[in-house]
Amino acid sequence: MIRFQNVSKIYNSQSAALRDVSFSVDSGEFISLVGRSGAGKSTLLKLLIVEEKPSEGRVYFDKRDVHKMRPHEVPFLRRRIGAIFQDFKLLPQKTAYENIAFAMEVAGKPKTEIHHDVPLVLDLVGLKDKGNNFPRELSGGEKQRVAIARALVHRPDVIVADEPTGNLDPINTWDVIRLLIKINEMGTTVILATHDKEIINALSRRVVSLDKGAVIRDENPGRYILS
Amino acid sequence: MTITLLVWSGLLLLNVVMTGILDSLASKIDISVYFSLDAPEPAIKDFQQKIQQLSQVADTEYISRDEAIDVFKDKHSGDSTLVASLQELGSNPFEASLNIRAKETGQYGSIADFIDKTEFKNIISKINFAENKTAIERLSHIISVTRQSGLVLSLIMAFIAILVAFNTVRLAIYSSREEISVMKLVGASNWFVRGPFIMEGTLHGVFSSFFALSVMIPALGVIGPRFNSFLPEINLISYFYGNIWQIVLLQTAAGVALGVFSSLIAIRRYLKV
Ligand SMILES: Nc1ncnc2c1ncn2[C@@H]1O[C@H](COP(=O)(O)OP(=O)(O)OP(=O)(O)O)[C@@H](O)[C@H]1O
Ligand SMILES: [Mg+2]
Repeated sequence: MIRFQNVSKIYNSQSAALRDVSFSVDSGEFISLVGRSGAGKSTLLKLLIVEEKPSEGRVYFDKRDVHKMRPHEVPFLRRRIGAIFQDFKLLPQKTAYENIAFAMEVAGKPKTEIHHDVPLVLDLVGLKDKGNNFPRELSGGEKQRVAIARALVHRPDVIVADEPTGNLDPINTWDVIRLLIKINEMGTTVILATHDKEIINALSRRVVSLDKGAVIRDENPGRYILS
Repeated sequence: MTITLLVWSGLLLLNVVMTGILDSLASKIDISVYFSLDAPEPAIKDFQQKIQQLSQVADTEYISRDEAIDVFKDKHSGDSTLVASLQELGSNPFEASLNIRAKETGQYGSIADFIDKTEFKNIISKINFAENKTAIERLSHIISVTRQSGLVLSLIMAFIAILVAFNTVRLAIYSSREEISVMKLVGASNWFVRGPFIMEGTLHGVFSSFFALSVMIPALGVIGPRFNSFLPEINLISYFYGNIWQIVLLQTAAGVALGVFSSLIAIRRYLKV
């Protein structure tokens, strides 16, 4: 469903963030991207959601080159790919409920649908009664679950998670990982970029290892090995 | 904001005043053709018709010898010795004349040239254009220079206004960058993201226009009467209120156009989607 084909990304001429990366991800997979800091994990995910353009190569989603899409098509792609990040990217002046509703509003969804769907995803991430809390009133793990709920509200085909547990303690980390596994079991493809060795080893799913922008290992099930 | 509205009011006032002054000055310029005392009136009428047909000519006014003497008498009715000496003269010493006004001030030269070459030359005693020529030419030069510098000034001011509105929108984009990145993340359509900023530019234009108006009205109350005393032809205040809706509409439209234009540039530069 997703295919990186000979992708290179050079931000500035000194060094390449990605070099000739090729691999594909099938529908329904749970795949982890691992690598040292600066290996290019975030860059890879940014290329998929068209936040950055590749210097070379192609990125396919559903057989379409996402970088050949016209500007007005990109928002629709982004609704099919839910993205979550280490820093949550919630709007601080909106409640949990409003943050999720906002994602539907900007997509022009009708009010009745918003009133129906937002409580459902809040329930799904286990935050049924925290809907009226502002982000500052939530723990890190709860914030991340709000972000996941927001990513899910468009019923995406894929969830990309860029170090979603980077700011969380072990208990919250596992809450989030379990939630991602649950989402994957419901049929959504998950791409998880992480540093966390224990998660990778416990997951025992496919692992793509990056080093200095190149794929050095792609195993299923894989383990966290860097060198 | 303050700068923009001052720019706006300045722009409009200046334009009104300038066109007013220029029009009044331009309407004062004309060519007077004086005919010799024995010139037959039908020939003069012929001549007038011919001149009237020129494309450069706006209108002509024929003053016969009798009218000329009446005007003179009216003007000097208090001066009994002058009127008496005129009576003593017995005959009418005034020549008939034709005042010719051109459509544009630059066209007097060509009209004078035309007159110089007509077959009516023998009934013409003098053309006062030659005398006024340098004055007229200097004036039309001043007029065109003022018009040009007015245009340049307008452009500079428009540029400043764009710059100010552009900066406002840029700041708005900067201060809501977080919200923008979240909107993009969750798949907001591009115009949904841009909309508020175009709105910002539009409102900037509308508000500038209304502020400018609220500065202009009292300013006009002060300037208008003074202006009237030395240039009675231009009644700034009655011009303003006579055209108030056009002025408001025009100014608002211009403000909105500039505002939208500025926000589009700012969006292009600072809002990647
Ligand atoms: N916007 C940018 N401009 C210039 N260089 C960049 C930019 N973003 C990333 N880089 C560089 O590209 C390389 C890969 O960065 P990337 O963020 O993809 O790494 P990462 O694997 O996600 O690292 P981390 O685990 O620390 O998040 C790094 O050397 C980084 O300095
Ligand atoms: Mg990263």
